[in-house]
Amino acid sequence: MQIYLPIAEVSVNAFLLLGLGGMVGVLSGMFGVGGGFLMTPLLFFIGIPPAVAVATEANQIVASSFSGVLAHFRRRTVDIKMGLVLQAGGLMGAALGVVVFNYLKALGQVDLLVKLCYVVFLGVVGGLMFIESLNAIRKAKKAGGAAPAPRRQRGWVHALPFKMRFRTSGLYISVIPPLLVGVCVGILAAIMGVGGGFIMVPAMIYILGMPTKVVVGTSLFQIILVTGFTTMLHATTNYTVDIVLAVLLLIGGVIGAQIGTRIGVYLKAEQLRILLALMVIAVCVKLGLDLLLQPSEIYSLGEPGGH
Amino acid sequence: MRKLLLSALTAAALALLPHTAAQAGKEEVVLGLSQDRVAITATFDGSEILVFGAVKRETPIPQDDPLEVVVAVSGPAPSVMVRRKEKKLGIWVNVDSVLVDSAPAFYAVATSAPFNQVLTDTEDLRYRISIKRAIRSVGAAMHIRGAQAFADAVIRIREKNGLYSLRENTVAVDEQTLFRTAIEMPADLTEGSYQTRIFLTRGGKVVSSYETAIDVRKVGLEKFLYSLSREQPFLYGLMSLAIAIAAGWGASAAFSLLRNR
Repeated sequence: MQIYLPIAEVSVNAFLLLGLGGMVGVLSGMFGVGGGFLMTPLLFFIGIPPAVAVATEANQIVASSFSGVLAHFRRRTVDIKMGLVLQAGGLMGAALGVVVFNYLKALGQVDLLVKLCYVVFLGVVGGLMFIESLNAIRKAKKAGGAAPAPRRQRGWVHALPFKMRFRTSGLYISVIPPLLVGVCVGILAAIMGVGGGFIMVPAMIYILGMPTKVVVGTSLFQIILVTGFTTMLHATTNYTVDIVLAVLLLIGGVIGAQIGTRIGVYLKAEQLRILLALMVIAVCVKLGLDLLLQPSEIYSLGEPGGH
Repeated sequence: MRKLLLSALTAAALALLPHTAAQAGKEEVVLGLSQDRVAITATFDGSEILVFGAVKRETPIPQDDPLEVVVAVSGPAPSVMVRRKEKKLGIWVNVDSVLVDSAPAFYAVATSAPFNQVLTDTEDLRYRISIKRAIRSVGAAMHIRGAQAFADAVIRIREKNGLYSLRENTVAVDEQTLFRTAIEMPADLTEGSYQTRIFLTRGGKVVSSYETAIDVRKVGLEKFLYSLSREQPFLYGLMSLAIAIAAGWGASAAFSLLRNR
């Protein structure tokens, strides 16, 4: 069934959009990522104008994250306090990111920089996670699963002032690292047009030392506010949020997120991490190849003044 | 005063005289359209417009060259930024760009015979009928070699997407008097007034032309959402968020109900 999208001004198959939404929703619920880093390129591929894809995707992530986070709330795997600190940083970062984005736009190479950002961050994050999870699995096997993994060494993160107790995560650390993580993710989210979960999740595990089970819910909790803020920014400045597209994607998305959250319960933390790492690496390789291989059409059409 | 009026009248009569003489041998288009407006609804997936008409003439059919018909439908023509990638430091980067001043979002030409048979190049130049003439890039940057390649790229990309098309031999002409053709419009139409031109040609020369417009508009929900997003963007944004939150909550509630059964 073809549906004409009022803002994107293209006609697309409704079931295709429902399917895409559902698939990304499952991943979102499993890993605590919004799925924007997968969905945005997919939307480009089916012919949605990039500006509309980025803005609408933000709106869809609000829905799937909200659906996902409710399931996590019920299981008490959301660190609300940590989430709020991250959100505070995230909003500052998003505002900063918009400034950076507009500056790059003025330079005329924003497309390339967004893609390079994707390749570099996805590559580094995916690679590190993959190696770390492999090691963790190997260690667990060697030790017969008896010895628990040693607690994170008390590094610079623990030496900072303004300490705060995060009960759900079982942490007593300074608020500065989570704030900084929030700011960095916010900047990247605004530039790359994604929720930032794929960077946030590893940052929470490896920098803040949060337990993996809490990380997913908290990440979803933080993503809601940041993407909600982004949606409003796009809707009021660029008029690029396509509500019909968003509804189709989010119907699939919210259902997928519920299923994904349940699948996540049955997987071990290391398995969850290694799967996420593989997915991140796959997207990175795809985007990297796009930059390296000669495109079949070296010309592209765009709106004057825009990117 | 009287003299002045008289001379004015004579001038007018003189001016009219050759005009009416020319009128006698002139062929004119009487046009019909199956629809003069296209409504974009939520389930819009393209449209086919039947263009039909007759040639009105007061004199017998000229015997020299057969009558040919060209129908050209053109969508709104905003400017388009065309960028070209080049390999720099191993990766493909946008380097050169050219602003094409006006390129119609949709352009279809239907002819009753092969294009270069129905129209000479000079006539094409004058009336801007062929696809390549429909695109205007007056200010194409001189510093870029082969600026034409950019305009060609617009045509190539849009032809691939079915937005531009040259359909030769698709206009049926009966007895040099009746003609008809169907113009197919794709699902990805943009709003606006679609200029529809009909040219009658003989021996490659345009002997008569007629112009009308097909109105393409969003209607119903499509129109409501589009206007709301432009006129009340804040409200529209809040509505989008409310829908997202409601859907997220709804799915979560539904699933917990299912599980608790």
